Amino acid sequence: MLKIAKERLNELYAKINESMGLYIPIKKAGEVNYHIWGEGKEVSLETLKTVKSPKNMFFPQSENMMKFKTEGKNLSVESMNFEKRPYVLFGVKACDYKAIEVLDKVFLAEPVDTFYQSRRESTTIVTLACSKPEESCFCKAFGIDATSPCGDVTTWLVGEELFWQANTEKGEALTALVKGLLVDSNAEAVETQKAATKVIIDKLPFSNLDLSRFTPENLNELFDAKEWAEMSEACLGCGTCTFVCPTCQCFDIRDFKTNEGVIRYRCWDSCMYSDFTLMAHGNSRTTQMQRFRQRFMHKLVYYPSQNDGLYSCVGCGRCVNKCPQSLNIVKVIKTLGGKEND
Amino acid sequence: MKDVALKMLERVKALFESGEVARVVAWKKGDFCYDPSPAVFESVEELEKDFVYDWFCGANLSKYLIEVAKKEGKTAVFLKPCDTYSFNQLVKEHRIKRENVYVIAVECLGKLNIEKIKEKGVSLIESVEVVDKEVKVTSAYGVETLAKPDVLLTKCETCEKTHQVKDEEIIIHERPERDVDRFAEVVALENMTEDERFAFWREQLSKCIRCNACRNVCPACSCVKCVFDNPASGIAAKANDSEFEENMFHLIRAFHVAGRCTDCGECSRVCPQNIPLHLLNRKFIKDIDGLYGEYQAGETAEGKTPLTSYTEGDREPNDVFNGEAK
Repeated sequence: MLKIAKERLNELYAKINESMGLYIPIKKAGEVNYHIWGEGKEVSLETLKTVKSPKNMFFPQSENMMKFKTEGKNLSVESMNFEKRPYVLFGVKACDYKAIEVLDKVFLAEPVDTFYQSRRESTTIVTLACSKPEESCFCKAFGIDATSPCGDVTTWLVGEELFWQANTEKGEALTALVKGLLVDSNAEAVETQKAATKVIIDKLPFSNLDLSRFTPENLNELFDAKEWAEMSEACLGCGTCTFVCPTCQCFDIRDFKTNEGVIRYRCWDSCMYSDFTLMAHGNSRTTQMQRFRQRFMHKLVYYPSQNDGLYSCVGCGRCVNKCPQSLNIVKVIKTLGGKEND
Repeated sequence: MKDVALKMLERVKALFESGEVARVVAWKKGDFCYDPSPAVFESVEELEKDFVYDWFCGANLSKYLIEVAKKEGKTAVFLKPCDTYSFNQLVKEHRIKRENVYVIAVECLGKLNIEKIKEKGVSLIESVEVVDKEVKVTSAYGVETLAKPDVLLTKCETCEKTHQVKDEEIIIHERPERDVDRFAEVVALENMTEDERFAFWREQLSKCIRCNACRNVCPACSCVKCVFDNPASGIAAKANDSEFEENMFHLIRAFHVAGRCTDCGECSRVCPQNIPLHLLNRKFIKDIDGLYGEYQAGETAEGKTPLTSYTEGDREPNDVFNGEAK
C-alpha cells in the first residue's frame, strides 16, 4: 500500500492534471458536485454525498450527438466530437461505483452506446472508502462494502493521510504517473478504520432492509399492490429523485435549432414527468401513481429480472435526503417488502 | 410541540366523528424524526397510526387541495401561517373552492432544516428537541446543542406571517416578537454592481439540474400543463439547450408568478442544489411594493391585484428602465 499526506493532495491533483482531466468533488456556490479540477478549486473529498452522482462523467445530463445543416438542397450531417482526452474520476464512493456497473449493463450491452463507451474507456476511476456513513445510507442492504470499494485505484482517507492501492492496469498506470508523490506504507491504519466503519454500518437503520420479496415471481402482486396509491399521493412529479440517482439512466432525444443548423442532443429524462415515453397515441402512464410505481418497479423488479438479480438501487440514500416531500425507495421497500422490514 | 399535535389530532378526530369532513390533509410520520411527508388521511385509525406535527413539517399543504378538495365531501387541512396565504391565493384564482375546505390554522414557531443540522456535523440523529432558541440533537455520538436561528428553513428566517384564513385555530404557544427584514438580502443584491449581480446568479443558477421541484411545489405554478412539459408548445425542455438556458427558465418562472407569489419559500426549501430562488421572487415583491404600494399576495381571497388592474397613476415601464422604481 502507498500513501500521501493530505496537505500534498493539491500536488497530486496538479500532477494528474498535467496529462489528464480530473473530475472530482468540488464545492461551488455552497454545494459539492463533481467538477473539472483546476488550481484554486475547493476540493471536498470529505463530503459523503455529492448532490449529483458521478454518472454525469459518462452520461452527461445533456450532450450533443449530431448536427444537421441545410445549404440549398444539400443536407449535411456532422457527428459531434467524442471526448478523446483521458480522465481520472476521483473520490467515487462504493455505492456510486456499484452504480457504474449498473449503467454499464445498460449502455455497454449491444447495441453499445458509443458516447458512453468512449468516456468509460478513457477514464480511470479512483474510489474512496467511506468512514462516516450516515443514517440515510443503506448500501449494505445491496451487499456493497463501503469500506472497500473497487475501481482502478482504491483510496482511504485516514486522519491526515490518503492511502492508495492500485487494483487494475489502468490503476497501475496512474500510480506510475504520480509515483513521486506517494510513499510506501503498511495497511494498519486502513484496517483499523475499516473495522470501525463496519461497526457503524451494522448499526445504520436501513442496513438490514429485506429485499427478498422483490423478485420477478412477485411482479404481478407487487404491481397490483393497493399501497402505491397512498405512497405516491404526496409525490410532486418532479425529477429530483431521478436526477440525483446514480443509476437512473433514461434519456430523451430532442432537436434544438441554432443559427448554425439543427443540433440533436440527448438529455436525462425522468419517469416522473408527464411526457415521459410519450408516443403518438398518447401516454402509457397517465397518473402520477403509475409513474411513481414505474420508477420503483424498475429499480427493484424489472431491472434485476433482466440482469441476474442485480438491483438498480445501490443504497446511496440521495433520494432519502433530497425528495422535497420525503418520499423514497426505503419507504417503498418497507411498505411492500413484507414484515421483515417492520 | 407535542401538545399542539395532540390538540390537532383530537380536533380532527372530532370532525371525522361528526361527519363534517371526509378526509384531512396533514403530515405523516417518516422513518426518522425529521422526514414527515404530506399525506391525506381518511380515517381516525390512519391518523392514530401515522399523524405527526413537529419541527420538520415545513411542507406547504395548500397546493395539494387543488386535487384533493375536488373529491366528494369536505376536506380538512392544517395550514401554518405562511400556508394560508397560498391557500387564499389559490381560492382567488379559482383553483380551490373555499366551501369544500375546512381550514384549521395551526401555530408555527419556525420549522427546521435537517440539511443545516447535518451540516453542523451531526450524524446518526435519533431525536431533535427544541427549547426556546436552542435545538438539542441527540445522535449516536451524544447530544449537540445548536442555535435555532442557525438551523431554520430559509423561509422561516424572516417570516412575519400571521394566519389569514381559518375556520378555527390551534395556537398554544404565542410566537415571540421578532425583528426581521425579509428584503435585506434583496437590497444587498441591488447594491451590487451589475457584473457582480450577474456573476452571483450565474454561479447559483448554474447548479440547476432542471428537476422542476421548484415549479412543481410552487402554489402559484398551478397550470394544468406547463409549457415546458408540453411538446406541442415548441419550447418544451428537459435540459438546458444552452448554458444560459437555466437562467432563463428561472427568470421566466419568476415573471410568471410575479404579483401572485406569496413568498411561501417552498422553491428554496425543495431545491436539491440549494439555489436561493426565493430571492428572485422577493425582488419582484419589493418592486411591486415600490411601484404600486405595499401589496401582499394571498392576504385576502378577493380584490384586485396590482398587476392585473389598471389605474391612471400606474408607473410607466420607463420608470423601471431608468432605475426610478428601485
